[in-house]
Amino acid sequence: MRFLLLFSRQGKLRLQKWFTPLTDREKKKVIRDMMMLVLARPARSCNFLQWRDLKIVYKRWYASLYFCAGLEDHDNELLALEVLHRYVELLDKYFGNVCELDIIFNFEKAYFILDEFLMEGEILETSKVAVGVSLEEADTLQEGEAKEAWRPLSAGAC
Amino acid sequence: MSPSVPLQEMIRAIRSARTQCEERGVIQRECATIRAQFRQADNEGRSHNLAKLLYVHMLGYPAHFGQMECVRMIASPRYSEKRVGYLGAMMLLDEKQDASLLITNSIKNDLANSNQYVQSLALCTLACMGSAEMCRDLAPEINRLLRASNSYIKKKAALCAVHIVRKVQDLGELFAPSARCLLTEKNHGVLHGAVVLITELCECNPESLERFRKTVPDLVQIMKGLVISGYSPDHDVAGISDPFLQVRKCEIMKLILTKIDTNAFNLIYVFTIQVATNTDSTKTVGNAVLYETVLTVLDIKSESGLRVLAVNILGRFLLNNDRNIRYIAMISLQKIVGTDHNAVQRHRGTIVDCLKDQDASVKRRALELSLALVSASNIRSMMKELLSFLSSCPPELRSQTASGIFIAAERYAPSQRWHIDTILHVLTTAGGDVRDETVPNLIQLITNTSELHCYTVHKLYRALHNDISQQPLVQVACWCIGEYGDLLLRGECQEMEPVQVTEDDVLDVLEAVLQSHMSSPSTRGFALTATMKLSTRITENVDRIRSIVSIYGSCIDVELQQRAVEYNALFKKYDHMRYSTEWLGQRFLVFVCSTFSAGLSPPICGFPQVCDLLDLLGGSEPPLQSSPALGSTAPLPVGTAGTAGGDLLDLLGGLEPTAIMTVLLSVFSVAPTVSVYDKDGVTVTLSCEKQSDSGLSITLTASNSTDSDIRGFTLQAAVPKVCISASNKILAVHLKSSFSFQVNLKMRLRISYTSQGSAVQDTVQVDSFPGLGH
Repeated sequence: MRFLLLFSRQGKLRLQKWFTPLTDREKKKVIRDMMMLVLARPARSCNFLQWRDLKIVYKRWYASLYFCAGLEDHDNELLALEVLHRYVELLDKYFGNVCELDIIFNFEKAYFILDEFLMEGEILETSKVAVGVSLEEADTLQEGEAKEAWRPLSAGAC
Repeated sequence: MSPSVPLQEMIRAIRSARTQCEERGVIQRECATIRAQFRQADNEGRSHNLAKLLYVHMLGYPAHFGQMECVRMIASPRYSEKRVGYLGAMMLLDEKQDASLLITNSIKNDLANSNQYVQSLALCTLACMGSAEMCRDLAPEINRLLRASNSYIKKKAALCAVHIVRKVQDLGELFAPSARCLLTEKNHGVLHGAVVLITELCECNPESLERFRKTVPDLVQIMKGLVISGYSPDHDVAGISDPFLQVRKCEIMKLILTKIDTNAFNLIYVFTIQVATNTDSTKTVGNAVLYETVLTVLDIKSESGLRVLAVNILGRFLLNNDRNIRYIAMISLQKIVGTDHNAVQRHRGTIVDCLKDQDASVKRRALELSLALVSASNIRSMMKELLSFLSSCPPELRSQTASGIFIAAERYAPSQRWHIDTILHVLTTAGGDVRDETVPNLIQLITNTSELHCYTVHKLYRALHNDISQQPLVQVACWCIGEYGDLLLRGECQEMEPVQVTEDDVLDVLEAVLQSHMSSPSTRGFALTATMKLSTRITENVDRIRSIVSIYGSCIDVELQQRAVEYNALFKKYDHMRYSTEWLGQRFLVFVCSTFSAGLSPPICGFPQVCDLLDLLGGSEPPLQSSPALGSTAPLPVGTAGTAGGDLLDLLGGLEPTAIMTVLLSVFSVAPTVSVYDKDGVTVTLSCEKQSDSGLSITLTASNSTDSDIRGFTLQAAVPKVCISASNKILAVHLKSSFSFQVNLKMRLRISYTSQGSAVQDTVQVDSFPGLGH
């Protein structure tokens, strides 16, 4: 996988993950092209496109959010659809009945989830449960730190 | 995890901005605050600020002033700050930035951290934006982690190693032994990572293929285990246990087995099992695994039975309701249509049906595959389908369809008439999208099918009558009418119902083309030339033609103007010869003329030539009104490149002088080679040969046996007036003429050239032609 983009129907980018090094300008061009191509497709059409030398797989979820992945030639398109689906499931599990607003207001968490699932364009963990567990533990670690930071203050207040 | 309140407030503020300008204002204020806070050394809300900045960056605004802050936060001991810091590094930094080197040390430290989540952050960032230097620095660390006991770290280290190998291929050697060990793991995540790593190692280094060949049995074992063994809820997707891992295994086996020719029995076994278990074609995931297996089978040198099975699975995919499945089936079939043509032919019906699908992607694939499946046996039915597709296809596919149809028609046309019909159909439906070389190709095709001229010209006339907007069609039609207008006016045609076409009708149509704003300049040129040619074929409306042509004498377009002026001159000067020529001779001449206007469209001039030729003739015989032979040589408005220097050679684009001579000469009976001119090393020999019972060809060969180049060589020939009884023959583009004449006995040649600086001009009369039969 070369890149993974999430954008809304209005053309606002919600998440971008690049698995190959590109300059800012190139990235912007790719985003523009993807939005143009994908948003122009009618409903119920095929989820696969050809763009330059990449295969583009896209899927629409939550009525207005598009998930778009750019694949290389040897990648399996059907499996990529499954990857997108799995990511949505992970988001759903984490946020509990996720919707687009969740992803907007908690974008850094969407990234964290993605980083537990994909790396270097490949799947990192094939088990939903394992991903969920590691996310929870990382969050606990973060909160533990936050609590510790507050402790001196609360001790003082008491 | 508690959300970051300041971040959310900012997001809310940005979203509530009603205009772009307002949004920019909000963002600028926020960025100013963030910048100020970054400058402060110690700050509680650092992670919030960086998160805000990252949001702003995602909206597309510049955020590079946050790079140093990322570096600082990564170095912080607190996990929350590290987390956001690393995220920022992945988003704002890339390997081209200098700041990325600054985090190498932090990453190194974090890789050795006791907390696995800190380690994982470092691994993730390295895999995301690690440059080649960073990779080289940290590779040993990664290798160490590959052998760690923690499977969470191992799987991340494996993919990080993949990144390193992709960046710096030489480091592959470092990871090979560790990768081998990973295959014995139970954890799917680690297994998956290990397989990816081994795939990458094999791809970049062919020697490692040998080493990993021994792992194939292990891989097959794991696959079998996955497919057969029980239900594992963790990794299950819709009943398929860990499809991701299965697919990965297929890929690596494909890779290893294509490069190394080991026997694939195990693969066959696994394949059949997979087919049996994954036949639930309603779920994408099952199809995904099947698809991968099919691709593997088709890529490696498997036996034919297996291949047929694979193609059948693809055929089943084609019948699936899901468009995605059909799409990928067609892509796969496209890859093998060259090698397994017959197998794919069996599914031709379904593929052709997909042409009618609503979806643009599916249509495109169906088109490509259909064009690849056209063969001599199915050409008629396929062409019907393709033509109906052409009339309804989306505009971006038209040009491809049209050229595909042309190529197929050319290769497999069952009859000439069918071929012409097909091309005409394409021109009428999608004329605007065909490529430029179609016009001369079609003209050549029409010329070659002499028996269909009448039919063709009638059809083209009707098409032109209906619609003059499609430029290629109009051009071909004009040319045809000009060339075969007499057949059109005659009215009778065996193959179509006769329609009475008067000269006025024809001229009306041509005039409409000339005046239409839709006609391009080259189309107008065609129409003008056609009008001119008709002047010799029709009897009553010559004045009308003359008036049409003279109007264009003052046209803005230089090309048209030049043609019109020259044609006008023809009208004035050589009118007496108009009806003295046999049709055939004229057809020949104007064919030469039009070939060049069609193919090369140089400006038509050459009156110096014509005058020369006439002088040539005039010198020996008095010009007569009814002089058929005269007609055969003059007027010859042949296109040149505009130079006056007798460049008949240029005219024909560098053909041999011999060919040029055949253009100008009538044919005589068969005679052996005889030298007609020999002076100062320049020789011209004449030979005749009998081509068919009613035709002869004559060849004049000019040769230069001097030491220097001969420049400006011109050879003109003329024959005196002769009674020619012409038969209806068409002359090929290569300009080997074949007429049948009654006895012609004389020929005069004028040869002029420049040799070694001096111009030479000679006239030679050839009186006797040895071997002249009749």
